[in-house]
Amino acid sequence: MSPAVARSFATLVFVGAVLASAARPAGQPAGSASAQPADSALQQAADSVLEARTSAVAAQLRCAVCQGLSIQDSPSELAQQMRTLMKEQLRAGKSENEVKAYFVSKYGEFILLEPRARGFNLVVYVLPVLLVVGGLGGIVLLVRRWTRAPEASR
Amino acid sequence: MNWRRALVAAAASAPLIALFAWGLTKDPREIPSPLPGKDAPAFALAVFAPGEPPLARAIGDTVRLAELRGQVVVLNFWASWCLACQDEHAALSETARHYADRPVRFLGVLYNDEPPAGTRWIAEMGGQNYPSVHDPGARTAIDYGLYGVPETFVLDAAGRVAYKHTGPVSARVLVRVVDSLLTVAARSGAPGAVPAPLKGGP
Repeated sequence: MSPAVARSFATLVFVGAVLASAARPAGQPAGSASAQPADSALQQAADSVLEARTSAVAAQLRCAVCQGLSIQDSPSELAQQMRTLMKEQLRAGKSENEVKAYFVSKYGEFILLEPRARGFNLVVYVLPVLLVVGGLGGIVLLVRRWTRAPEASR
Repeated sequence: MNWRRALVAAAASAPLIALFAWGLTKDPREIPSPLPGKDAPAFALAVFAPGEPPLARAIGDTVRLAELRGQVVVLNFWASWCLACQDEHAALSETARHYADRPVRFLGVLYNDEPPAGTRWIAEMGGQNYPSVHDPGARTAIDYGLYGVPETFVLDAAGRVAYKHTGPVSARVLVRVVDSLLTVAARSGAPGAVPAPLKGGP
């Protein structure tokens, strides 16, 4: 999940939760519609936003134990503890990038599932494009040569 | 057979084969830590296994990294469920005793394990000379960028991470690293450093 998609997902969850919290007291029988349910619904909304933000960050970081999985997908104890820590840092007001920076400062860039597009890492992003373009160019040249040859020999 | 074509193919594939051959010499599980050279992350953890005198600390005591400033600190992350930790146990315990009268502190940090299980493990292993602390929620482990156990960090007298060892550590490696840090500390006159060695080499 890319950061942009994650952010719009978090916004969606937030809007949905707020709508749900606005709708629920109205649907309840008169008399019980005090401030209490609305407050707890707002709390739930905030919780689900925090949960979505945590999941978004956890999906971008590598589980240190299994290495092929993200922290979000890993059932390992360490990954779960890392996720708990992320949630606490987000709740304390850190931005998603600050949380990621914390883990990079401890584990190195290896912890990022998607390498940063700069320096030597650019090879990962540029080389495939170059190879596809070069391959397509080669095919075009070859096909031209193959299809032209019979005409020339005729 | 077209020799020219074969030669071109060989020349084209040689760099790729060389790259793969080089890759085979590397261990993909060995990931460089960004910590060495940086200030060691602070911690305040409670002792659950006291260790033996003269290195003992009372159970329940809080060990803070700040109070160990001026000493070389050997921080060993371990667990009772960790098989490789059994291999390094004797080396760590004996090296700690070897440095008992030097400004060197050994500390075990229990990782994802329950203190009673840790205490039982120490008894089964025939005791441990230095104390161990409990790390609830693996907060300190994550702060040190831990991938698994055992991992051993050696901190210099100024409180920086000097060395990280992944996997079971040997007495030879410990003595080499600790001795070099003691020499540096003595030369720079760091507080708490003993200028002249009290003992000979290992």
